[in-house]
Amino acid sequence: MNQVAIEFKDVVKTFGSQTVLDRVNLTISSGKTTVIAGPSGQGKSVTMKLILGLLRPDSGQILVDGQDISRMRGKALNTIRTKFGVLFQGSALLDSLSVFANVALPLEERTRLRSEEIRTRVLATLAQLGLTGHEDKYPAQLSGGMRKRVGLARALMLQPEIMLFDEPTTGLDPEKSLEIYKLFLETQKKFGYTSIIVSHDIPKIFNLADQVILVNKGKFTTFASPEDIQQSELPDVQAFVQSTMGKVYLSREMDERV
Amino acid sequence: MIRYLEKIGKNTIWSLEDLGRMGAFLFFGLGGVFKRPFRFSAMIRQVRLIGANSFWVIFFIAGFTGMVLGLQGYYTLRKFGSEGALGSAVSLSLIRELGPVLTALMVTGRAGSAMCAEIGIMRNTEQLDALECMAIDPFRYLITPKFLATLISVPILTLFFNVVGIFGGYIAGCGLLGVNPGAYWSGMEQSVVNQDINMGIIKSFVFALVIVWVCAGRGYFVHVIKGAGFGAEGVSKVTTQAVVLSSIAILIWDYLLTAILL
Repeated sequence: MNQVAIEFKDVVKTFGSQTVLDRVNLTISSGKTTVIAGPSGQGKSVTMKLILGLLRPDSGQILVDGQDISRMRGKALNTIRTKFGVLFQGSALLDSLSVFANVALPLEERTRLRSEEIRTRVLATLAQLGLTGHEDKYPAQLSGGMRKRVGLARALMLQPEIMLFDEPTTGLDPEKSLEIYKLFLETQKKFGYTSIIVSHDIPKIFNLADQVILVNKGKFTTFASPEDIQQSELPDVQAFVQSTMGKVYLSREMDERV
Repeated sequence: MIRYLEKIGKNTIWSLEDLGRMGAFLFFGLGGVFKRPFRFSAMIRQVRLIGANSFWVIFFIAGFTGMVLGLQGYYTLRKFGSEGALGSAVSLSLIRELGPVLTALMVTGRAGSAMCAEIGIMRNTEQLDALECMAIDPFRYLITPKFLATLISVPILTLFFNVVGIFGGYIAGCGLLGVNPGAYWSGMEQSVVNQDINMGIIKSFVFALVIVWVCAGRGYFVHVIKGAGFGAEGVSKVTTQAVVLSSIAILIWDYLLTAILL
């Protein structure tokens, strides 16, 4: 695998007269956890959608494993997308399908596995995520935390190389948030995916980060570790640190804390 | 003045963009038929939702429409002493015009609105994005089965409407008002030709395409429709807009097709 999983080169994205991303350059390393943080409405979700090819940049390149996806369409884009797993903010489960059918969907649509094999795999994944016995329920019958777990199970079914988490703990209480973080650590250990987490849950989310990208006013600043943010002398970054972070969290404390 | 021109320009650009989006939607919606694997079971489920579940609505609307035509036709024709032509009047009105148009309007109200709301909610809750991220083509998976199911269901419902409507006219005309049943049926047999039936069927196919194109398309683009707003309110506004647009388009196409096919 390429050492650089994703790279933005001079990416510009505007909506009407508003420039959301202004010549953004960033690099996301393979096998690492990158947290994209910053105030709301600054382009975090747009960045995620650009990575997934759901939006196209006005100019610049977005390289995934060295391939420029910014002008890709159809089958080529779908092939790239099979590398990704996504846990959406609201889980984005298909609400007319049961938990089992939701998790089985990628296997049914993207593979030629027999239905018994699909069943075995789905039940095994649901068991790993503590969802045994909930297979026949529908998303509307699940709690927020359970929906996230089902979303995670579905995202992991095709063993993605890159996992994107969009606000994975929004709307969850601290206990459920911790549960999601534990699942994140367990699954990342097992599958070894590159992960990109878009989150507001600062400073807690920094416990998981190998690298942090701070987004502010369309500018992206990359920090090699969460500690570097607190030591930064950039005025915008200092203001962000003061408004969001209290105590300094060190990344090596990660396993003990989460 | 400049601001006014600017507004006109912006609206024109947006309308052209919207037209382009809807054109692409129609292309990909129909093009999904050629993508594999084809979701046959999903299409059958949609035929049940759009077609079979509309059975009773169509039955009652058709029955009473036929009865009203029977009553109105009888009193009008009696003025000219030609009550015997009632079968001909009822059947031609239904087969050429009322059958296709009323069926299409009923399907728009019942299934088209549901289709628009369903897809709109899926868009707002990122379910369509999730499909794309799983490399599942939303057109093949979701939209094309609805296109095909509507194209299958509406013509069948139209034929059913015609049959029930003609029997409705028979009940009102012959059962209640004393028109000779033989005259009713023979009048129908002599006046209805293949061209009339073909016209009705062509209309119903075109209307079906209009319904699914407008209703599914508006739902699919709920997030970019100007002035629609967001969330539940956006879906609600766009659903209303879809039903209104679809109904108007059906009536416009009805006029055009009648002018062309007569």
